[in-house]
Amino acid sequence: MHISEGFLPAAHCVAWYAAAAPFVVHGARAVVRQARQDPERKLLLAAMGAFTLVLSAIKLPSVTGSSSHPSGTGLGAILLKPPVMAMLGTVVLIFQALLLAHGGLTTLGANVFSMAIVGPWAAYGTWLAMRALRLPAVLGVVGAVAMANMATYTTTAIQLALAYPDPVSGLLGALTKFLAIFAVTQIPLAVAEGLLAVVVFNVLATHIPGLQAPAKEAAHV
Amino acid sequence: MSRKSAVNVAVLTLLAAVVILAFLTGSTTEFAGSDATATQLLEDTGVEPWFSPMVELGSGELEAGMFAIQAAIGGTILGYCIGVLRSRQRTATETPA
Repeated sequence: MHISEGFLPAAHCVAWYAAAAPFVVHGARAVVRQARQDPERKLLLAAMGAFTLVLSAIKLPSVTGSSSHPSGTGLGAILLKPPVMAMLGTVVLIFQALLLAHGGLTTLGANVFSMAIVGPWAAYGTWLAMRALRLPAVLGVVGAVAMANMATYTTTAIQLALAYPDPVSGLLGALTKFLAIFAVTQIPLAVAEGLLAVVVFNVLATHIPGLQAPAKEAAHV
Repeated sequence: MSRKSAVNVAVLTLLAAVVILAFLTGSTTEFAGSDATATQLLEDTGVEPWFSPMVELGSGELEAGMFAIQAAIGGTILGYCIGVLRSRQRTATETPA
């Protein structure tokens, strides 16, 4: 999620910037459009941006003995759809790159692609699939948010493997190595983030008419 | 306690259990960040960064403090938004049609 400053080759940085840019531009337009929709939508945008800011600042311990961040973008993708999260996630990553030396400006394109594009779309796709299967909304939220988390870090592992293939075992070997660092670590964090998202979802649904209420729907299962 | 509140409390309890279990299971190590672990792996194979961060924080304490400030900013905004939504809903409920 946060590839450190200067640790991707320049050509890869440019490529990931190019890949991320259309999504961010589209996301910025989606944010403006949704903000103009109604006052509640503006507050929801601010709330989801703030939620991403909070979660990406928190480091949680994991079973592997390392720690990592939740991605923070899954819930926003469910409530506001993925394009908006491309913009909100970019703002958070720029904040961290400039003020916290976490992530970087050269690696911003790659970090945006993993956290603010792939993660939200993975969440949204999972959400739609679980709702189509008529699963309770609470499971949908947990599953979608957890999927955003796992997809974000899997993408980061792929980005690093593409940049630094193993001299012996090539791309697959490098991918295995980087997934070993990220994937297992993220499992309990993905579950924890999903559970937290349920609570925030329920709180927002209490005060915003039209938002689905996972607790209410779970009661009917 | 309403059913909705009970569900939220149950979910938060489960969340705390997941985090505590993860901590206890991995508590023999220093919980190094996975981002930092990946960076270290690259440095061990001879990769050197070609660009430096705009801001160098210099110490772990300062970094932790800045992360806390980030979380505080986000938490304040989130709390404000929920507060405004709540008061608007209350006003809409109390205002006669």
